[in-house]
Amino acid sequence: MNTTQTDNNAIITIDDMHKWYGDFHVLKNINLTVTRGERIVICGPSGSGKSTLIRCINRLEEHQRGSIIVDGIELTNDLKNIEKIRAEVGMVFQHFNLFPHLTILENLTLGPIWVRKTPKKEAEATAMYYLEKVRIAEQAKKYPGQLSGGQQQRVAIARSLCMKPNVMLFDEPTSALDPEMVKEVLDVMISLARDGMTMLVVSHEMGFAKSVAHRVLFMDGGEILEENEPHAFFTAPQHERTKLFLSQILE
Amino acid sequence: MEKTLPTQPAELVKPPATDIGILGWLKANLFNGWFNSLLTVIVIYLIYLAAPSFIQWAFLDSSWAANSEQCKMAGAGACWSVITANIRFILFGFYPHDLQWRPLLAVVILVLLLVYSRNRSHWRKSLFYGWLVGLFVMGLLLKGGLFGLEPVESNNWGGLPLTLLLSVFGLTAAYPVGILLALGRQSKMAVIKSFCVVYIELIRGVPLISLLFMSSVVFPLFLPEGMVINKILRAQVAIILFTAAYIAEVVRGGLQGLDRGQYEAAEALGLNYFQTMRLIILPQALKIVIPPSVSILISAFKDTSLVVIIALYDLLKTTQTTLTDPKWMGYSAEAYIFVAMIYFVCCFFMSNYSRKLERELDTSR
Ligand SMILES: Nc1ncnc2c1ncn2[C@@H]1O[C@H](COP(=O)(O)OP(=O)(O)O)[C@@H](O)[C@H]1O
Ligand SMILES: [Mg+2]
Repeated sequence: MNTTQTDNNAIITIDDMHKWYGDFHVLKNINLTVTRGERIVICGPSGSGKSTLIRCINRLEEHQRGSIIVDGIELTNDLKNIEKIRAEVGMVFQHFNLFPHLTILENLTLGPIWVRKTPKKEAEATAMYYLEKVRIAEQAKKYPGQLSGGQQQRVAIARSLCMKPNVMLFDEPTSALDPEMVKEVLDVMISLARDGMTMLVVSHEMGFAKSVAHRVLFMDGGEILEENEPHAFFTAPQHERTKLFLSQILE
Repeated sequence: MEKTLPTQPAELVKPPATDIGILGWLKANLFNGWFNSLLTVIVIYLIYLAAPSFIQWAFLDSSWAANSEQCKMAGAGACWSVITANIRFILFGFYPHDLQWRPLLAVVILVLLLVYSRNRSHWRKSLFYGWLVGLFVMGLLLKGGLFGLEPVESNNWGGLPLTLLLSVFGLTAAYPVGILLALGRQSKMAVIKSFCVVYIELIRGVPLISLLFMSSVVFPLFLPEGMVINKILRAQVAIILFTAAYIAEVVRGGLQGLDRGQYEAAEALGLNYFQTMRLIILPQALKIVIPPSVSILISAFKDTSLVVIIALYDLLKTTQTTLTDPKWMGYSAEAYIFVAMIYFVCCFFMSNYSRKLERELDTSR
């Protein structure tokens, strides 16, 4: 696989980034460049700062030092920039976070209509297209509470896709699901990868990482300790802590 | 041992007779357990004690269309005549006698609009304009002065139209103000936040009566000489300010009850603050707080009767005034039962409607 990185092809550039919660130094010296079309899986023990890192990328969390540049726009306190970047960057949460008072279709058209100012008809056509893609079109008129967890997560992915994002962030998209539903969500993510989407995925699904990731990052204690292409990462981890972590999740 | 074969096919076997129908209902609702059975028996006994004499008084021995003399002669029964004889004063106060069709029509328009608006499928833009026109027509009917309608001083407004005016305007205005206060209280901007906190706590720390007093006695002292603001308007503002503080706290509870994930998902889509609030947060938060909001609205509705202390003749005051007439003194039970029924019908409409809304907005099933 081609993982050469040239800067003008970079879609996310994180440079010497630090973040604190109060006194707690949660992210330390993060340097990461993501090129267009690249797929990165981030793993690491609980509390290591994985969620915080990807939430910094669409400014759900604020960083205090260093810089984050997404699609040529630096993340600062400028609200207009933040909203622009959020529209470009899709995010899928562990607990789906669908809007329970809106139908599936309305969940999908909300962003395009209000943020992108797409006409309603067109937004609905796009929404149906992506619902087909995640194989759930027949549920368009239902409410989120009427769907299973796996179906809800697929809707959540479709909701992000409707904004035609350049990057998709996933924060443990399958860890709140019953085991039999994990596959249906991973299948959708794999097909998304085939279409060339740039993806940052926090996940411990090793099979997924092996089959679609260009790179796997290992985080611990707020730092990126190790990164490698998947085969080398899983077969020949360098760090003691990586080895320990891998042995724990593989047992 | 041989298995006993069922004598009927299984689908024909009925549940025990004591679990369904009237018997089942009685068992489930009135006699489930010894404590409830005991309460049921006690309540039935109390009804048995009270009901016959009440029915005797209210219906069998009562007089309906007599004058006060005849009532006094008739003796023990209820004298509903106190209402039939004074109905126009009770309902319309000092509004000029020949013009009372105007407030009556205004009330009818209001009730029609309210009933029509009950159905959510009627909530269209046209209904909004309907309300605007309706409000204008109602104001015009009460005030007059245009289209050859004789002007009527607002000092003469009274009775039911005044009560409805104060409460319908008061509650519809208080709700948005309360929402703004609740949002302000959550604001990251310190000035806005502390203003809202101070406002809410101040208002909740004083009784409505003292606010009404201030609006009628203290407030005019600060106005430039010669400037008067309508007494009804001042009472109206006091009611709005008061109710809004309570609404704000209830709405804040609803905002806190929402999952952080809802804010994050909305923000992650790129919605701005106002869109997030309007499209995602408030619809859910307000739905959660329907029951406590309605409690507040109901008590605010009843509290409008406190405007008597600044000499406005609302429904309760006109009733009391009737009872000070020597002819009708002593029939307060009948008169108060009558106004209580009017209040009850209005409050019942509100709580009934809130339950309907809750059911309709429930998307969890
Ligand atoms: N809002 C917050 N305030 C304070 N500490 C936080 C907050 N969110 C997360 N943390 C802490 O930051 C650390 C990293 O959290 P997180 O990024 O969620 O880890 P991960 O996703 O890798 O499990 C944890 O120790 C967590 O307790
Ligand atoms: Mg996490």
